Amino acid sequence: MSTTQTDPGASGALVEIRNVHFSRGERTILNDLSMTIARGKVTAIMGGSGCGKTTLLNLIGGRLRPSSGQVLVDGISVPELGTRDLFELRKRMGMLFQNGALLTDLDVFENVAFPIREHKRLPEPILRHVVLMKLETVGLRGARELMPAELSGGMARRVALARTISLEPMLVMYDEPFTGLDPISKGVIAKLIRELNTGLGITSVLVSHDVADTCAISDYAYLMGQGHIIGQGTPQEIRQSEAEEVRQFMDGLPDGPVPYRYPAPDYLKDLLQEGPA
Amino acid sequence: MNSLRRLGQYVLDSVEGLGRASLFFLEVASGARKLIRRFDLVVQQVFAVGVLTLLIILVSGLFVGMVLGLQGYNTLSKFGAADSLGLLVALSLVRELGPVVTALLFAGRAGSALTAEIGLMKATEQLAGMEMMAVNPVERVIAPRLVAGIISMPLLAALFSAIGVLGGQLVGVGLLGVDSGAFWSQMQSGVSFHEDVLNGVIKSVVFGVVVTWIAVFQGYESVPTSEGVSRATNRTVVYSSLAVLALDFVMTALMFK
Repeated sequence: MSTTQTDPGASGALVEIRNVHFSRGERTILNDLSMTIARGKVTAIMGGSGCGKTTLLNLIGGRLRPSSGQVLVDGISVPELGTRDLFELRKRMGMLFQNGALLTDLDVFENVAFPIREHKRLPEPILRHVVLMKLETVGLRGARELMPAELSGGMARRVALARTISLEPMLVMYDEPFTGLDPISKGVIAKLIRELNTGLGITSVLVSHDVADTCAISDYAYLMGQGHIIGQGTPQEIRQSEAEEVRQFMDGLPDGPVPYRYPAPDYLKDLLQEGPA
Repeated sequence: MNSLRRLGQYVLDSVEGLGRASLFFLEVASGARKLIRRFDLVVQQVFAVGVLTLLIILVSGLFVGMVLGLQGYNTLSKFGAADSLGLLVALSLVRELGPVVTALLFAGRAGSALTAEIGLMKATEQLAGMEMMAVNPVERVIAPRLVAGIISMPLLAALFSAIGVLGGQLVGVGLLGVDSGAFWSQMQSGVSFHEDVLNGVIKSVVFGVVVTWIAVFQGYESVPTSEGVSRATNRTVVYSSLAVLALDFVMTALMFK
């Protein structure tokens, strides 16, 4: 592998992001962003919609390349990897998408079996045991014959979680895992994220704007706004922060450093202007 | 000036699109080499794009053959050449109507379904999910569909022509009284395997490549929204149909001098 190696063991970091810039056209999404994801911990990345959280996950997963800066996973520089090496690295990381991203033409069992069939040559009886074990972990062994269309949102996410851990990754990234779920399903997902982290020793990166549920299960949290970090610390420290940007997000204030109104020309001039909008 | 600029932009966009489609084709073709070990994926797709298109192909083929029988008889009988009806029906189907109509029907039925399926897989992050599972969606999803389209098209065209000939025979011999022996013997002596049948097969293979390529490319490039997938599906049918008709003219000019 032609990669830049550092010593992740020294810092205990599995993921290191150093001075990353990322833009789409004229719009800057991430601006000189640096952060560290500690090995074996649940690290939350919180922030409002459109602040660059999912972009950050895509940079870690190698689906996007930064305009400048470094993204290191287990000491490997992700943007420098070729397709083959990137796919090798991805076998050791998993990503839970917001809607589960289950393959709709396969049933629950085959969805969980999919990455195993693609990457390992296991005899069918052993593969069955592995899949049932993963489904049992998320409490859905009995749902193995259902199709994705027959699952509730929470169940779909649990199946996706079982699929994500089927190759026993070192890192799992969760993209808005609580969005659109009822309180019970949220509780189940939160419990699973925490249990998988401690039980399997997985490093977890949790991207969410759900303050309460995210803080409850995180060891460390970053708060993002406008493409950079506006606060970081343990959930307790974040909650007690006095910084204006942090307070607006944590207290859900409609106006503040993130303005309520989208930038617009003077209201009176706008009303007096003739012609179509 | 603005319209000139728009025209220029349109031309540039079209050339860029063609370039992307060509690179995409090369990527898919490279991925298709690995299907030798995963031929089950191709078989599944041959069922989806080929077998499930059979009904519309067979019914259309039957009716096209019957219409050819009727029209051909009306014209040929004026010259006392009604016995050549079998030859006319067979040549029309094998050389032109079989490959062309099959490709147009394939674009409408299987091509649009391929685009919609791939577009929705993109919109629901299934393709992104595969990438994150270290599975290349071009190799796993696109390549089997392209290969299946290329395999299915000539088989469907052959069935279209075969059932069309039977339709022509049904009308010509069964209803209009053309001599059965003359119908089949003129067909047998007048249709050349190399000149007619093989050229028809070549045409349908080319149509299979082009139509399936357009369909999978449009799906893969679609904007991942309901409107984006709908537009991509629409483009598949329009571009495929135009490409089939234009290519048919070029190939006919080259093949039948």
